[in-house]
Amino acid sequence: MDFIDWDFIVSRAPLFWAAAKLTVKLAVGGILLAAALGFLCAVARFYRIPVFNQIAYFYIELARNTPLMVQLFFLYFGLPRLGLVWEGQTCAIVGLTFLGGAYMAEAFRGGLAAINRNQVESALSIGLSRIQTLRYVIAPQALAVAWPAISATVIFLMKETSVFSIVALPDLMYVAKDLLKEGHSGETNLLLILSYLTIILPVSLFFGRMERRLRFAGFGS
Amino acid sequence: MLDSALSVFRMGRNMARLMEGLGVTLEISVVAVGLSLIFGVPLGLMMAGSNRPLKWLLRGYLEFVRVMPILALLFIFYYSLSKFWNINLSALTVSIFVFTLWGAAEMGDLVRGAVTSLPRHQWDSARALGLSEGQVSFRVIIPQAIRRLLPGVINLTTRMIKTTPFVFFINLPDLLKVGQQIVEVSGLRYPLASVWVYGFIFIIYFVICYPISLFSRYLERRWAS
Repeated sequence: MDFIDWDFIVSRAPLFWAAAKLTVKLAVGGILLAAALGFLCAVARFYRIPVFNQIAYFYIELARNTPLMVQLFFLYFGLPRLGLVWEGQTCAIVGLTFLGGAYMAEAFRGGLAAINRNQVESALSIGLSRIQTLRYVIAPQALAVAWPAISATVIFLMKETSVFSIVALPDLMYVAKDLLKEGHSGETNLLLILSYLTIILPVSLFFGRMERRLRFAGFGS
Repeated sequence: MLDSALSVFRMGRNMARLMEGLGVTLEISVVAVGLSLIFGVPLGLMMAGSNRPLKWLLRGYLEFVRVMPILALLFIFYYSLSKFWNINLSALTVSIFVFTLWGAAEMGDLVRGAVTSLPRHQWDSARALGLSEGQVSFRVIIPQAIRRLLPGVINLTTRMIKTTPFVFFINLPDLLKVGQQIVEVSGLRYPLASVWVYGFIFIIYFVICYPISLFSRYLERRWAS
């Protein structure tokens, strides 16, 4: 079949494989850091810790209402002029963490907000420690409520990694754009679609599966 | 330091060009949201309907659009349509097309959610009161569906505005692209140009999106009960 040039696909696949590994690496790093940052912000907001609460609010609104590309341009092209020079990978992870931390914070906050104060008091009154209350009463229920939002955030952040070529990283979009010069746009695009599907679809399916299992963790819902 | 900021924005037509770029950004967002509504409503009604094969097909379309990065879609449509099938579309048309392709799917899902979340008895009770079919739709179902729909639609609008910088990759002169051109030209004379210009663009996006997201949250809270 000469409609698709399979030799081209087979010979260029390793390029996409390498780029996909970079994308996964940056996405995993950024998403884990974002989750950690988001957790801290959500706790600061939930317990209304003075000063940190306001800082967290300001940061969350700033990061959620601006595009990642603009954040990255400022980080990568703006800040070095003020003396803060960093390489592309660091910048990409910092950018993804900055953006994702805010979305994660909102996701966690939604989960925490759904927990009735009675739950905490009841847990303490039957003799659980604060840590145990968090571990066995608050966290499972909050996670069940927050899961759809966490899942949407993870997928969103994975898709956002597609802009990393602007900070000079050889990611999937970079490789695809480079290959287009050789013609073969159909094959290149096919490889691009397959690469993203291979990376993101399993994550999407996994989170969907977990969502169905976690649904029963909420009390009385 | 602030002098250099003022000089960058005053140099040539820089400020006017940035505003033109903002115009392109807003044009894409507004047109794409409008088209997404037009296509999304019937799609959503079909998703909520009873035709199974059609529902699966639309489900597949929604999942594909949700999993694929918009940037990849933009890129694919821009470069393959023109090169592979010899259709020449302007970058603006491709952007609006891809944003609508994505937006209509998301809008459809919002409409589906709004319609299916209304309890069956709303239809039955309205009919039992003796309302005509038209009255049932326009006085009972649609007002309630809109309440459930609107926060999500507004939310999708800000997401679209925040996705517009992607058109940078297909060389459309949106706010960010114009900003980059200005930085390239004036960066030599004013080393801090990139800080000012990208900082300014950052603030513009925030000033546009923050009030919209506040409004969406206000509606959500007001209509929650």
